Amino acid sequence: MSTVNANLTYNYKVVRQFAIMTVVWGIVGMAMGVLIAAQLVWPSLNLDLPFTHFGRLRPLHTNAVIFGFGGSALFATCYYVVQRTCQARLISDGLAAFTFWGWQAIIVAAAITLPMGLTSSKEYAELEWPIDIAIAVVWVTYALVFFGTIMKRSTPHIYVANWFYGAFIITVAFLHIGNNLALPASAFKSYSAYAGVTDAMMQWWWGHNAVGFFLTAGFLGMMYYFVPKQAARPVYSYRLSIVHFWALIATYVWAGGHHLHYSALPDWAQTAGMVMSLILLAPSWGGMINGMMTLSGAWHKLRTDPILRFLVVSLSFYGMSTFEGPMMSIKTVNALSHNTDWTIGHVHSGALGWVAMISIGAVYHLVPKLWGIKEMYSTALINVHFWLATVGTVLYIVAMWVNGIMQGLMWRAVNEDGTLTYSFVEALEASYPGYFVRFLGGVIFLSGMLLMAYNVYMTVRQKEAVAADSAAAQAA
Amino acid sequence: MSTFWSIWISVIVLGTVFGCAWLLWATRKSQTTDVETDRTMGHSFDGIEEYDNPLPKWWFYLFMATCVFALGYLALYPGLGNYKGLLGWTSTNQWEAEVAAAEEKYGEIYAQYGNTPVPELATNEDALKIGQRLFANNCAVCHGSAARGQVGFPNLTDDDWLYGGTPDAILATLHNGRMGNMPAKGTMPSMTNEQVDQVVNYVLSFSGREKDAEAAKAGAQVFQQACVACHGPNAKGNQAMGAPNLTDNTWLYGSTYEWIKETVMNGRQNQMPAQAGRLTEDQIQILAAYVYSLSN
Repeated sequence: MSTVNANLTYNYKVVRQFAIMTVVWGIVGMAMGVLIAAQLVWPSLNLDLPFTHFGRLRPLHTNAVIFGFGGSALFATCYYVVQRTCQARLISDGLAAFTFWGWQAIIVAAAITLPMGLTSSKEYAELEWPIDIAIAVVWVTYALVFFGTIMKRSTPHIYVANWFYGAFIITVAFLHIGNNLALPASAFKSYSAYAGVTDAMMQWWWGHNAVGFFLTAGFLGMMYYFVPKQAARPVYSYRLSIVHFWALIATYVWAGGHHLHYSALPDWAQTAGMVMSLILLAPSWGGMINGMMTLSGAWHKLRTDPILRFLVVSLSFYGMSTFEGPMMSIKTVNALSHNTDWTIGHVHSGALGWVAMISIGAVYHLVPKLWGIKEMYSTALINVHFWLATVGTVLYIVAMWVNGIMQGLMWRAVNEDGTLTYSFVEALEASYPGYFVRFLGGVIFLSGMLLMAYNVYMTVRQKEAVAADSAAAQAA
Repeated sequence: MSTFWSIWISVIVLGTVFGCAWLLWATRKSQTTDVETDRTMGHSFDGIEEYDNPLPKWWFYLFMATCVFALGYLALYPGLGNYKGLLGWTSTNQWEAEVAAAEEKYGEIYAQYGNTPVPELATNEDALKIGQRLFANNCAVCHGSAARGQVGFPNLTDDDWLYGGTPDAILATLHNGRMGNMPAKGTMPSMTNEQVDQVVNYVLSFSGREKDAEAAKAGAQVFQQACVACHGPNAKGNQAMGAPNLTDNTWLYGSTYEWIKETVMNGRQNQMPAQAGRLTEDQIQILAAYVYSLSN
């Protein structure tokens, strides 16, 4: 047990900033999601304006939730966890502040340029080249702050959460720079450095690892701190951490090929993408097991602690979607699921069920500590939020499963003469009920986020204690 | 790909799979116990300790099974560079086999109609039902499920034809597709804005809708220079090159002054994709009969 250095203070300011922006971007991004879900039910909601068209708002939704909400949650928790588990202050407050303001500026730039129709057209990498360069600069600064802090740690080892945060930071840097290499043609227009199927493969190498590293490895780092901390139990198995960490990062980078099954991508790359995706099942579940089993001996806490409930249910959704993913990567399954709503459902069981739920749990854990208060303003509201989030997620996923499988079956149904039984429009018409239920699920999930904002606001407002940043005060 | 890249791919693919299996195996081998204990690793991070628990057995076997499956799959299917796999499978030959199987299964249904002349086939109820389904699958996306077309895509029910409505013309359109191209300002690149206004008014006057009679009159002159080569001196069009008749008040791109001005200013490019190769000869025959039946 390392002793706490009474003179050590942590930089909580940047953590507080990112924690607040997690809630803000969560609401913005999810509201955008609800709007575009509504547009699919009532198309006239696109208002007949180019700026509010589905095609422009959809990337705004994904950028706001992944990079605004998810990114802020990762920065906040990463800076908090690395300081506390290394017993060291961030190496530079200035650089940390730069990452905060830089990252926020990038998200704001996304919110301006995407509705204007400025896009590189690469999914989850739509932002044009000047913003891409800004991302690279902020990201490298982030790496400096993070690894610099690891270097000056006063603990003998590096805690497992930091392995995951570290892998996430390094790999996202490679992926972002690699995929976005482009030749600028004007201030807001560029052409990809890659052509044809190479471009597609680069895009999905990035695209699937936006999921694998940004939305998985980073959030596993979060999981490895907040689950044992909130449950006050040791992590289940250090050995499991080692095996699943290395296996996860080694196989995830291969998985992108499964987005391009039965395409012009050479068969070998499709096959490699598929087998690596299948191998990914066990390493993914390793994280779920390690989180879940950490609760053994503490299951009773779930009855009274809604924050722990958020964390545990997020692990359940993680386990479910990481079973679903390898299954969907199998060519024959993919032949049914590809281009249907099933894919959107799969993404959201990860995005809402895993990423959002664990971030929400982590923020509820963080906020009182960051503002030097004993607990959140209202535990009852956290509980209500928990149920809204769970019900919203389940409605969303089930609607998309039903729609996706129905679409896949309708698209391949043939008459006795071999012609298709249904036209595309017929499958679309049949999807309306599912679109409505998805919209409803989104509204319910978003309403939970609004409750969270209220709860966080009331907590922060009532701060009677000074925001104590000293490690000694926090160790209690 | 070159031998170097083939080896490179094989080494890193197999290296990843064997690396995972080795890590898993070695970690399990180094376990001192295979039951859960209270022994921790002896360090604490911000109060978090870690148990030295063994890997869950079922998880170990699951992981091993996926690695073994991966190796088996890589032996059977192409995944290691240039190695073809024991089954000789490719996505191309899977597609070819599926197409061949469909031909085998459905070919006869179409074959019974393939040799019937289009006009006769257009009176055969059963053939038309199939034709309608083929149309819904292959044509409706542009021409609409009722074949009434939309802006830029001709209405097929009005007996007004860009390239001719004879059975042979319809068959030719289906087989080879069509490339429609109206150059900007026709054959008169020097056309001024005023002349554009004049020629648009002139074209509108064919259906008695000119906005400015003076301009329309002047437009006749411009029309002679810019449009007659394709649309003909009487503006009746030319089916040999797909130039529309401008006097029948049927419009591919909209009939208002603004639409026609846009057409004159910037020209129009259009394409009907060729169906030969996508559909069989027999299917094209039935489809032609269906289209023919819509206006005969």
